[in-house]
Amino acid sequence: MSLRRLVQLALCCAALSTLGACQTVQPYDYTNFHAHAPRSILVLPPLNQTTHVEGTYGYLSTVTFQVAELGYYVFPVEVVDQFFQENGMPTAGEMHQVPPGRVFEITGADAVMFITLEEYGTTYKVIDSSTVVKVHAKLVDTRTQLLIWEGQGAAVQSSSGGSSNILAKLIAAAVSQAINSSVDRAHGVSRLANANLFRSKNIGLPYGPYSPQYNTPY
Amino acid sequence: MRVLALIAAGSAVALAGCATSPPTLYTWGSYEELIYVSHADPGKVAVEEQVQIMEKDYQQARAANKRMPPGWHAHLAHLYYQLGRADQVRQELLTEKADFPESAVFVDRLLANLEKR
Repeated sequence: MSLRRLVQLALCCAALSTLGACQTVQPYDYTNFHAHAPRSILVLPPLNQTTHVEGTYGYLSTVTFQVAELGYYVFPVEVVDQFFQENGMPTAGEMHQVPPGRVFEITGADAVMFITLEEYGTTYKVIDSSTVVKVHAKLVDTRTQLLIWEGQGAAVQSSSGGSSNILAKLIAAAVSQAINSSVDRAHGVSRLANANLFRSKNIGLPYGPYSPQYNTPY
Repeated sequence: MRVLALIAAGSAVALAGCATSPPTLYTWGSYEELIYVSHADPGKVAVEEQVQIMEKDYQQARAANKRMPPGWHAHLAHLYYQLGRADQVRQELLTEKADFPESAVFVDRLLANLEKR
């Protein structure tokens, strides 16, 4: 095996572990999910528990990509946000109080996703800075109000340090370039957190009906 | 510098090799980044310009025979609405519904609201 191949393999595993795919975890119990498998998902603006107000849209503007590419119809997040605001719910907190059955009546969505933004932003230290995004998501069936999936996703990107940090940057660059991303570092790191949240083996969100891999596990 | 370049090249190969990323289902263009910018830096990209960017993305997707993501046409309708272009609002909402029947209840509600105004 050539050195180059070894390096590739090492980097490959490092990249995978960054995405959480190398971890061995207790598989999620998908019983409720399969009993109420959605075609369409309405993602509400996240409940922002951080002190970074910009996190609400910095994060919301990254979530459609992963959920739609998994094969679901994802309602237009901006239009939905505006619609709720114009109908007496000016904040994410108020939107999260709407009963799922009411969301079904208004939009026809099979499931509604409630996301809590737990960490978002960059911490500056003496010689270093670190950008963290951490989210928790709950997917609720709108007809029965049953929780059909939940998960956590996190990603950290440091301005200096070892190879895994360089890799995190490279992943961010690859993802961002593909979809023309911009400046705010936590906004970019949100995409890594989403990959971790939705795509982790045995605990992620299963493929939806528009995916060629529908009904196959990861 | 050379070492960095090598690491970068190796990582790119490794990422390409292990991700085995299939082509995306949709052409994303600037859909999500326009949502981001309109909140992060309101007014930086005027609504007219956002519309032009999305229309250009659409032309490129058509040329490549690829679909726009779910919600994309409804979002463009939302931009047209801000410009008072009601006919195009209607047309984009109907396209959303035709492309993704899952949107029908919501789109019909938006169309009904449009008629009321």
